[in-house]
Amino acid sequence: MLTKRIIPCLDVRNGRVVKGVNFEGIRDVSSPIDLAKYYSSCGADELVFYDITASFEERKIFTGILKEAASSVFIPLTVGGGINSLDDFDRVLKSGADKVSVNSGAIKNPSLIYEAAKRYGSQCVVLSADVKRVNGVFRVFSKGGRENTGIEAVEWLRRGQESGAGEIVLNSIDTDGVKQGFDIPMLKAVCEAVSIPVIASGGAGRPEDFIELFKEVPGADAGLAASIFHFGEVKIKDLKALMKQNGIPVRI
Amino acid sequence: MIAVVDYGVGNLFSILSSLKYIGADAEVVSDPALLREADKLILPGVGAFRDAAEKLRSTGMWDAVKAEAAVGKPLLGICLGMQLLFEKSFEFGEYEGLSLLKGSVRPLSDIVPKGFKIPQMGWNSLHFTVEKNRLFKYIDEGDFVYFVHSYYAADCEDSVIAVTDYGAKVTASAAKDNVFGCQFHPEKSGEVGLRILKAFCEEGSL
Repeated sequence: MLTKRIIPCLDVRNGRVVKGVNFEGIRDVSSPIDLAKYYSSCGADELVFYDITASFEERKIFTGILKEAASSVFIPLTVGGGINSLDDFDRVLKSGADKVSVNSGAIKNPSLIYEAAKRYGSQCVVLSADVKRVNGVFRVFSKGGRENTGIEAVEWLRRGQESGAGEIVLNSIDTDGVKQGFDIPMLKAVCEAVSIPVIASGGAGRPEDFIELFKEVPGADAGLAASIFHFGEVKIKDLKALMKQNGIPVRI
Repeated sequence: MIAVVDYGVGNLFSILSSLKYIGADAEVVSDPALLREADKLILPGVGAFRDAAEKLRSTGMWDAVKAEAAVGKPLLGICLGMQLLFEKSFEFGEYEGLSLLKGSVRPLSDIVPKGFKIPQMGWNSLHFTVEKNRLFKYIDEGDFVYFVHSYYAADCEDSVIAVTDYGAKVTASAAKDNVFGCQFHPEKSGEVGLRILKAFCEEGSL
């Protein structure tokens, strides 16, 4: 049976993981390579490297880090952040990424999804969206969640699937950072509208939040989180054991 | 030397890194004439069957891979590379495969119940259908591997060695003599995948 995936997200800036602290058994928590190896050994099903690079020079460092990680960690790697063109796809895929996540880049140029899917296959095109309720309507935000695009989110993601996206990351701005659980109503709305895998993001604070996610939203395929894993608040091993106890299919 | 066959589709970075990681002497080979110097072949592939088959032919790799398999060299097809080993595919039409294994490639939607997402994307477990194949000598029944696919190998009863359960029994791996195929990605399946690659690397020529 296909298992539900647990995905830690590493924000990388200038070759270091941002917000990495508090780990047992790992020397350098801000080394993306060490952290990637650590997560892979504790049962992470996939890793997301999020590039929050500010300059061209830093981007080269990021690509180098990615290459090194892909040479020593053999689980699927997704890269997001700053993907605006087919050249960006090319650059990260050649450095070892398996999937590429587009967000603002697809808002600026929606045909990027179609073009990338045509060239590299849907399996490596992930459409990521930061979504927030505005007067009761789910709206897509761009620029890291700062700017309301006015686009209705469910329709945007459905169209993304039609254009060739192979997977969706739905990040709820409303629950992000609150640590009170994933945005169940928003995830349900999206899962009903699309048939490709959906990764839930934003709001996980405790292992129980993942149990609620997979029980309440059967269409959710994976749960993604960053700081709760980095800070050791939730250990992937314990989380997976709890999932198993609750009858959720999981890779242990 | 293990030749990773380069015919212009897909990303060879991961497969090459994983082989190097386990200490195998592996090289990307794009000249069909150089396949002769290899002891073993790995046929990767992503994307659509037709495009891949066309590229195999236009690069001269089609005949070269068949010739090397015919002399008994171990050959491992991965994902689309596995599907290419069969006689034909029904992906967007009907296309001829390398015919190194008996069977055809058909849409997962033919056998998977409604409600199961296509592609199957993620980690699923392996269930051996015959006595444990040599390819699995370092892994166990029920171990998890990573799948991404929308088509599967059908009518391959004489070569299937493992299935996975996705609402139906789906061919996960097939083998006949020196020819092996994995629908999943061993190079993305963590420790289990590396052990499968290690077993393949230890195969000798027939």
